Amino acid sequence: MGIPVTHPEKQYLEFLAQGQFMLPRSRSSGRHVFYPRIAEPQTGAMDLEWVAASGRGTVYSTTVIRQRPPATSYNVALIDLEEGPRMMARVDGIPPEAVHIGMAVAAMITRDGEQPLLVFTPAEGA
Amino acid sequence: MDAFPRAGAAIVGAATYGIGEAPGFDSIDLAAHAALRALAAAGLQPKDVDGLFVGLPQDYLSGLSMSEYFGIRPKVTDNNRTGGSAFMTHVMWASLALAAGQCDVALICYGSNQRSNAGKLVSSMKQPYFEGGYRPVMPVAAYALAAARHMHQFGTTREQLADVAVAARGWAALNPEAFLRDPLSRDQVLASRMVADPLSVRDCCLVTDGAAAMVMVRADRARDLAARPAYVLGAAAATDHMNISAMPDLTVTAAAESSRRALAQARVDLEEIDNVQLYDAFTINTILFLEDFGFCPKGEGGRFVQEGAIGPGGRLPVNTNGGGLSCVHPGMYGMFPMVEAATQIAGQAGARQVPGAKLALCHGNGGVLSSQASVILGAVETV
Repeated sequence: MGIPVTHPEKQYLEFLAQGQFMLPRSRSSGRHVFYPRIAEPQTGAMDLEWVAASGRGTVYSTTVIRQRPPATSYNVALIDLEEGPRMMARVDGIPPEAVHIGMAVAAMITRDGEQPLLVFTPAEGA
Repeated sequence: MDAFPRAGAAIVGAATYGIGEAPGFDSIDLAAHAALRALAAAGLQPKDVDGLFVGLPQDYLSGLSMSEYFGIRPKVTDNNRTGGSAFMTHVMWASLALAAGQCDVALICYGSNQRSNAGKLVSSMKQPYFEGGYRPVMPVAAYALAAARHMHQFGTTREQLADVAVAARGWAALNPEAFLRDPLSRDQVLASRMVADPLSVRDCCLVTDGAAAMVMVRADRARDLAARPAYVLGAAAATDHMNISAMPDLTVTAAAESSRRALAQARVDLEEIDNVQLYDAFTINTILFLEDFGFCPKGEGGRFVQEGAIGPGGRLPVNTNGGGLSCVHPGMYGMFPMVEAATQIAGQAGARQVPGAKLALCHGNGGVLSSQASVILGAVETV
């Protein structure tokens, strides 16, 4: 049996800080849930446990947040995870304008100041 | 269909105040000014109000604040907050409360000094930990993601988005109260500063001050207080999500559900609607909502709005006041579509009057395409 989801935000961020991208999954339905919460949406099933995410995903939509120079513009994207849920993230490693819908991406953990932050990069061979 | 009291209540006073810049006022002062105008139009005073519906920008107990300000003791107060759609839900609950005899005179009002006070859109939404780290400038980032997806899936173009802004400006030019009235071309929209791709600054609503208010009574009293009341024929709301990452399909909003139920309550076919007043926080909203209402198939909205089709002289009058894009956007815009519809139905819209306007679809949007609420207003001939 996996680690139960008891304190969703705290546990999620602690896993990220340890270099692990983990998703809650319902033991009974097998459904993955993002963002982390204490119960499966709709059913209310409280049998969520943490499982490792594959890190594979596809860009569902993307935008470039335009900044006045000298600040630099950056990407914000919605990523459909292989496990089903969608999350907001950023695609790094290419210019923000080059991110496109349908692009295969892979998860990577970086830092945003003190906080660990999950981002994506273009998948190998994509 | 549910048992909504079709035409059980009517708007007998509708007013705006301080559209554009109104320096030196608190938001509650602006709301009070609009409320007093709306009450005066119906020959009423604050002491006549026993049902109060309000949602001031940064005041979570604004039902109490506004009651105290006016020195009244309402039997019903509501400051339901679903974002900019809240005011359509206020009309829904006011209709039900009036029908049930829980109150006799309902006042709905809103005001914001956000332009004079802050100079930018003031959002009361806290970014959650699972989105905040990516610094999505909200709300524009969410709407940009929806627009990008719509363009990808249906071939919608930036030119078609721009035509929504051009149509809004065309109407605004006919409205002396509108904040921006200078001519605006498609090329000017396309050349304006990009904010979040594919949305430029002219795809985004204004940041203004402004207030609006409406007074509602039961239908049996309406004709005593107003020459041409706007009867509430239907009102329905639907909740979809809170954060844009949780929206199931960024090209389909819950407006499809709220408008369908409101039209069913009203026993009105979409083809009978002669003016549409909707919450155009961004140009993509107008396209999404017109599709979701059913004016065109999903994905055809860009083609539906292009080249003046929803502007003055077009096939469907949409946002005849100039909308949030060119008339007024004081943080939440939901009151203004209904005030404009009531003004059209009263025949008092001046140069922008839709000839014979008698059936309006008003639509509010809250959050980031999150909450959708629709109200059908009709003239006495439709009752």
